[in-house]
Amino acid sequence: MSAGVDLDSVSANFGSFRAVDCVTIHIRPGEFFSFLGPSGCGKTTILRMISGFINPSEGKISIGGQDMRGIRPNQRPTALIFQNLALFPLMPVWENIAFGLEVRGVDRKERRAKAEELLRLVDLPGAGEKSIAQLSGGQKQRVAIARALAVEPQVMLLDEPLSALDLKLRQHMRAELRAIQKRTNVTFVYITHDQGEALAMSDRVGVMSHGKLQQVAVPQEIYNSPANGFVASFVGENNIFSGRIGSVSGNAAQFETTIGTFKAMVGPNAERAASAKLYVRPEHARLVSQRINGENAIPVEVADVAFEGNFISIQARDPGGRILVSEARNDGQASVPSRGEKLLMVFDPQRAVILADETPMLSAASG
Amino acid sequence: MNDLVRRYGLSLTAVFIAVTAFWLLALVILPDLYLFENSFRPYLPIVEVGGPKDFYSFDNYLTFFRSPIHIEIFILTIVYSSVVTVLCFVIAYPLAYYLAKVARSNVVPTLFLLLLIPLWVSEVLRAFAWFIILALKGPLNFMLMGIGIIDQPIRWMTGFRSVVIGLVYTYVLFMLFPVYNAIQSLDTNQIEAAEDLGSPWWRTHWRVILPHAKPGIASGAVMVFMLSAGSILVPTLLASTNSRWFTEIIQQWMFEAQDWNTGSAYAFLLLLICTIFISIVMRLFRVKLSDIAK
Repeated sequence: MSAGVDLDSVSANFGSFRAVDCVTIHIRPGEFFSFLGPSGCGKTTILRMISGFINPSEGKISIGGQDMRGIRPNQRPTALIFQNLALFPLMPVWENIAFGLEVRGVDRKERRAKAEELLRLVDLPGAGEKSIAQLSGGQKQRVAIARALAVEPQVMLLDEPLSALDLKLRQHMRAELRAIQKRTNVTFVYITHDQGEALAMSDRVGVMSHGKLQQVAVPQEIYNSPANGFVASFVGENNIFSGRIGSVSGNAAQFETTIGTFKAMVGPNAERAASAKLYVRPEHARLVSQRINGENAIPVEVADVAFEGNFISIQARDPGGRILVSEARNDGQASVPSRGEKLLMVFDPQRAVILADETPMLSAASG
Repeated sequence: MNDLVRRYGLSLTAVFIAVTAFWLLALVILPDLYLFENSFRPYLPIVEVGGPKDFYSFDNYLTFFRSPIHIEIFILTIVYSSVVTVLCFVIAYPLAYYLAKVARSNVVPTLFLLLLIPLWVSEVLRAFAWFIILALKGPLNFMLMGIGIIDQPIRWMTGFRSVVIGLVYTYVLFMLFPVYNAIQSLDTNQIEAAEDLGSPWWRTHWRVILPHAKPGIASGAVMVFMLSAGSILVPTLLASTNSRWFTEIIQQWMFEAQDWNTGSAYAFLLLLICTIFISIVMRLFRVKLSDIAK
């Protein structure tokens, strides 16, 4: 059983601070949805509103079509996995997992059996009698997931649960979480500031900044077609050029900067925005010795070369003295330029996009 | 120790240690040893001290076991000290929970100040205040009759009522602070996690908050129980003719009968049996001494 979550113009104010600003989103049943954003962007507040620990100042939240106003956290069909997991250290593992069942009056024998079943699901069979302190970070993670699954929630809420784990384990748990989500088909709402996590695990990602949703899309679209400058610079790397839009033809335009005029695509709302910048991903910028027809070119001098194994990252100085970055896949044949070498940085106009700094407000504030 | 030397220098450290040692040895250990030694010797006219009649025996201790009245008073002291301890817990736990987890952090210092102000007044005066409050025609009865809860004044100063009220009032903060500290150290996420899993408030307290606060409750309970059982001021001021506290018996042996030997024996019996009683209760509630020390 899984349910969708609807946020309808939801806002949260703390005093004069607006933590969440008019967020509207439909999270589909069975979906793995991530809210991605820097700390303080309001994503945790959204999670706490869905779980019921904070009431929205304005707007409405529904779960499975049912209005959640006035419904306490202990009556909601959600289960929250806390950032610090919040396992009960004085109960053995199996009692932790079965706590939600104990609350529901399930008898002890059945609780024990259910706990064992869930321990097998999260790949920790036989750990029921252990105390929480005996577990490693990854095992605690699994117990927290099992405890949340035990109450058979329709929506699982996860508040950066992987942030305390080391890199290897984090990558392993990503795959694990994704697999558990697919197996149980419960709606997952996941909060993270780690773009890698969000892109790798989610069906859809909502990027947030300053309490507002900047873009909601599938991971590829977030990365390949960011809606505005914030999304482009928060998700992945970019070479960013300041300037202004010159002549526009169709969905392409000339972008005038101090180091030249470049042809590029025009992003959503960029023409009307107060200020816009040009974004080029490092993997779309190449260093060559001769101009290529139809591509933009900037004369540069190689400043530093970093060999990263599967790719090569080259920092180069443009005529204005700013550092630009180009990344090339290491296919075993590419020659690595040396420091001080004078080359051209070229990029395809199709791969360069002009974006508004932030999407102009569509909500009440702009009228 | 090395830390102390580094911070204050050798001479100042020596002074600290000397003062502490003096306090511990001269003011705590030696008087206790003196009374302990005396408790095994008979009460004799001065001329006979050190004479043939002055030998060690358990006679002073046996005096207690031969006196049913004293035994009864002793048991009542233990029972009512337990009652005081339980009442202190019942009052302190919700208050501690409120202060630790519910009250907004900017009002907590004010609330603590309000709780502490009464402590600035001497214990004697506070006990007298209760003497007035609990009087038959005192303000408490006046108020209760005013609200209409009772229509006849209650005689508070009879039996152990007034003693229990006075002791609870005097020692409730000794329960409040350790319980407050214990609850405050609980991660609020755990309370929310329990609620999120569907737990009603009482089960969250029973399964998550109370078990976490147990060491704090235990240390508060030990403190309140020992202080109550050993209290002399409140029972003397607030007791009625039909309620006597064991400390009053000790006081009578020592200062009315001038028999320090039997008085000492009674005092050590109180200490010993209270310690045993507490150990048993702690074992029953599965609390270890090391938990309390934390």
